[in-house]
Amino acid sequence: MSGLAWFTQLLEVLAAISLAPLFLGWVNQCRAWLQNRRAPSLLLPYRGIRKLFHKDAVLAEGASPLFRAAPYVVFGAMVAAAAIIPSMGTGLPFTTAADAIALVGLFATARVFMSLAAMDIGTAFGTLGARREMMVGFLAEPALLIVIFVASLLSATTALPLIAERLATQAPALYPSLAFTAVAFTMVLLAENARIPVDNPATHLELTMIHEAMLLEYSARHLALMEWAAALKLFNYACIGFALFVPWGASTGEPDPAALLLSMPVLVGKLAVAGVWLALLETVSAKLRVFRAPEFLATAFMFAVLGLLVHLLLGA
Amino acid sequence: MEPVLSPLDACLVLLTGWIVVGAAGMLRRGNVVFVARVLFPLGALIGVGLAVVAGWSLALPAERVTLLIGLPDLPFHLRLDPLSRTFLALLGAASAGVSIFAGGYFRKGQGTAPGVLGLQYHLFLASMGFVLLADDAYAFMVAWETMAVASYFLVTSQHGLPEIRSAGFLYLLIAHVGAIAILLSFGILQGGTWQFTFDAMRAAELSPTWAAAAFGLALFGFGAKAGLLPTHVWLPEAHPAAPSPVSALMSGVMLKTAVYGVLRVTFDLLGEPAWWWGLVPVVLGLATALFGVVFAAAQTDMKRLLAYSSIENIGVLFTGIGLAIVFHGVGMQALATLALVAVLYHAVNHAFMKSLLFLGTGAVLHATGERNLGRLGGLIHRMPWVAWLTLVGVLAISGLPPLNGFVSEWLLLQAFLFSHEVPHPFVNMLLPLGAAIVALAAALAAYVMVKFFGVVFLGQPREPGLAHAHDAGRLERLGLVWLALGCVLLGLFPAQVIDALGATTTQLIGSVPPQGASPWWMLAPLPDRQVSYAPLVLLAVIAVVLATTSVVVRRVYRRDVRRAPAWDCGFARVDARMQDTAEGFGQPIRHIFQGFFSMERELPSAFDRAPRYRVVVGDRIWRLVYEPLGGRVQRIADSLAWLQQGRISAYLTYSFVTLVTLLAVVL
Amino acid sequence: MNFTSLDLQLLNTCAALLLLVSFAMLSQRRIVSLVNLLALQGTLLCAATLLLAWRTGQHHLYLSAALTLALKVVGLPWLLHRLIRRLEVYWDTEPLINMPGAMLVGLVTVVFAFGLAQPIAELASTATRNAIGIAVAVILLAFITMITRRKAMSQVVGFLSMENGLFFGAMSATYGMPMVVELGVALDVLVAVLVLGIFFFQIREQFDSLDLHHLESLREDQ
Repeated sequence: MSGLAWFTQLLEVLAAISLAPLFLGWVNQCRAWLQNRRAPSLLLPYRGIRKLFHKDAVLAEGASPLFRAAPYVVFGAMVAAAAIIPSMGTGLPFTTAADAIALVGLFATARVFMSLAAMDIGTAFGTLGARREMMVGFLAEPALLIVIFVASLLSATTALPLIAERLATQAPALYPSLAFTAVAFTMVLLAENARIPVDNPATHLELTMIHEAMLLEYSARHLALMEWAAALKLFNYACIGFALFVPWGASTGEPDPAALLLSMPVLVGKLAVAGVWLALLETVSAKLRVFRAPEFLATAFMFAVLGLLVHLLLGA
Repeated sequence: MEPVLSPLDACLVLLTGWIVVGAAGMLRRGNVVFVARVLFPLGALIGVGLAVVAGWSLALPAERVTLLIGLPDLPFHLRLDPLSRTFLALLGAASAGVSIFAGGYFRKGQGTAPGVLGLQYHLFLASMGFVLLADDAYAFMVAWETMAVASYFLVTSQHGLPEIRSAGFLYLLIAHVGAIAILLSFGILQGGTWQFTFDAMRAAELSPTWAAAAFGLALFGFGAKAGLLPTHVWLPEAHPAAPSPVSALMSGVMLKTAVYGVLRVTFDLLGEPAWWWGLVPVVLGLATALFGVVFAAAQTDMKRLLAYSSIENIGVLFTGIGLAIVFHGVGMQALATLALVAVLYHAVNHAFMKSLLFLGTGAVLHATGERNLGRLGGLIHRMPWVAWLTLVGVLAISGLPPLNGFVSEWLLLQAFLFSHEVPHPFVNMLLPLGAAIVALAAALAAYVMVKFFGVVFLGQPREPGLAHAHDAGRLERLGLVWLALGCVLLGLFPAQVIDALGATTTQLIGSVPPQGASPWWMLAPLPDRQVSYAPLVLLAVIAVVLATTSVVVRRVYRRDVRRAPAWDCGFARVDARMQDTAEGFGQPIRHIFQGFFSMERELPSAFDRAPRYRVVVGDRIWRLVYEPLGGRVQRIADSLAWLQQGRISAYLTYSFVTLVTLLAVVL
Repeated sequence: MNFTSLDLQLLNTCAALLLLVSFAMLSQRRIVSLVNLLALQGTLLCAATLLLAWRTGQHHLYLSAALTLALKVVGLPWLLHRLIRRLEVYWDTEPLINMPGAMLVGLVTVVFAFGLAQPIAELASTATRNAIGIAVAVILLAFITMITRRKAMSQVVGFLSMENGLFFGAMSATYGMPMVVELGVALDVLVAVLVLGIFFFQIREQFDSLDLHHLESLREDQ
């Protein structure tokens, strides 16, 4: 591997870590505009994280070491995931270390640790959040895996950077199967990132909350890491979406400084559009009752499977 | 240097060693200290020895021996080949951990005397070893039945309790129905030669119909032992009844002998299986996996939960076997190898993970006397060793990277990914959907394990008595550490494990998983697909991020940590009863998979002074299959009851009539 | 008749979207949306027909595209919307099997249809033969839509969707039916909907509802 490849790798990870809160801020801002509210500052997530890091941490009396370790593990898993998602260039040294299935596994690791931490204090909200999160997770994970399967069938590999590269460099073609999986993926993205039809990131209403319920006992730096990890997760999902469905613009093949330089504004542009799209989706859809969430995810799963079947029938 | 003993001789010596160790316990039958602290660790050492011998000799050619003992004129044939070595290594390594734990676990108490227990235990181990070595039907059946009976006595070691007796009975019944099917299968396999050595069976020519029948019978018979649907019912009864180390052995090792049996019959004795046979284990396996994991999520008894989780894993194993048969049958050799490797790998993984988890529950049971999840909680504070080591097992069995459960799942999914290339309509569309079910089962397994660990070890203690729980003793810890280490190492060095399994796949289907030119730390089983997985690198990345983050956080933002009561949105009177119970945590699953369960609910009315809420979750298969079947058998037995006159002369008349009839027929 | 890969891809995409719409119909509870989906299905069908007409140069296909547009995109949906307003049925009641269950059945049906179509597709000589499986799936899914609904209105929509599937199947297997047949079928459908519309008023007059389970009481033995 050349030095430039390693540089790309490092750049992608650092970009993910630093841009993730910005992307979250952008989605929130778009949402506010669409809902006729005054938009918060784009930098609000950064300020929140900074503020939290400067506070004394308060731990509940019944907290075990697992509770304190979980934010670091979750954050670590998300950064590791960012390392294997090709956001700017596809010639990543970590391509061989973990493929898309391992990526799904990494997300699962983060989810399991988060749920365990939520159960650690033993409050009603924590266990409630953990239960719902695992419920959403077990429905979303197979759907995500099938989405990845379809893309893997199109490109004959499960390594995400290679998928992106092959999809981007093949002769441009319409893949009906990808249309199905794109719908499924969007639904999974919304559910997994605690966005609107499944969870509402803006409230602490016990009837509906999932993600926030798990974080209630966290404070200061632990909370900051958890929030950051959540932003990273959203960023990662967006980048997976780009890699699978709009892979054009990322630098492919042998690392090349010019292409890499070009891919940066392309990534920012994609993120900007994705943020608007996400905010729009959240604005036009209503929050589902928790027991409609399995239906929502079952639909996502069906779409993914349909995509698979359509691919098998039409070969595209 | 030429070793003193051939590997087969060494195995025989070690297995005999187990019997001797067991028998030694009978010398001082009531002496717990002698049996537990001396004999069980000795047994563990033998296990390590067995694992070393079998593991070291994996790639050597098969060797065989004919024992002097056996039935008259039918000496026992034994054979050590790569397949049996793989499973012997599994047996030795997993049982070593369990035995050393058992050394600390068995204490003075009720039930069977320790010496007798030790004898049964080591006999059980040795009989499993002989099952794996047997090279003729007689030796196999003798060992198989010894294994069943020894484990039956171990299950019923607390025979004072009626439910344990009935659990044991159910186990024995299904084990024997299965054994009959296996016997019939061997009967077909000999193919008219009336030679019951496995060599004769390998040479026998069977018509496709008879071969399919033999396969079906073997699948049913071994499936009954493994807990494949619909003969899974004994597992959730027998596992909780047995003492924890025995549950660990049964679940971790004994179920794998059934997997071994299917592999032996299908790929070795039958030779060339037809591709469509594989569809049966795939369908049954997927159904079993989904069924097992859904039921596991609804359980409230921690050992039953693990038993159902074992059913799930057996389902995954049989799915893999079926996939291997299909691929092998249609000539997709690389994928067949991949599926087979996934099966073998998962068998070894499951032996470690499930033994670890069962031993963890054993330690909890010892410390608290509770198996009911509703009365546990918060044990991570009182039992840190057990909790953290169990966490390793929990993460592993949830299929999370970089531990071992993920590797076998990864291999299986990779095999599934290209199953659409099978050149048969319908099958090429339905097989990829199997991957969806495997993924669903794996994700649900994570749900189950979060429930298990969260309810037992995290949160607040649900009973005041839990404050006196004590951590596991030194021997117990050693056993847990051994198994947890196995989980970690099997997860981090997959390429080496797969290399080692190459000899076995060569024996079974004649090809090795290609490792290509990939470096030692990377797993790349399909070089032309460019798929790879390097757990060490993944772990390193996570570790580096973790270390950097924690150093940065600690250095840059030096802030204090202080303790305060839980916040819980400002609600001040949080108590242990407000946490989710095991029922509560399983509720979404019960809701989503309603159709799987037969549920009886008793809801209090709004005016009840002493409201009672009761829900009984039952198994539909039990209602639909076993109860009618049992009723019918009972009716037939009742109608035959008039034969029982109670007079000696009546019985003698029966014998007389039988004799006369036989003479008339034969002569 | 030379197809570029782009044409084929467009046609396949149309086919896939038809299937998607069928699934959406299966899961939709609102009758108004159901009718809109039907119009969407008609539009897709029309687009596919136009594309095929253009590439194969078969002029009668233009005519049938126009027919599709007039009847299935504009005419019938307009008629149905009018009926909905007049009869004030906006929602179907809870379907007979719940939504995930219906989707699962639908999925199995799709597998069945695709598997069934594989040998047929090998017999057909058209470039669009792969889409036959989708056409069969659309027909069967429309059937399931009809089976799982209670309201007469939804059943009519299911019926029309089935007709769309048949049309698409004929198109992808043999580049369309003879014009006479096509016109006949179109007329039949139009008349059927008109007659059914009259039936709706009669049913509602009789039972005060469009819920079809009331019809069960017409059995003689009760």
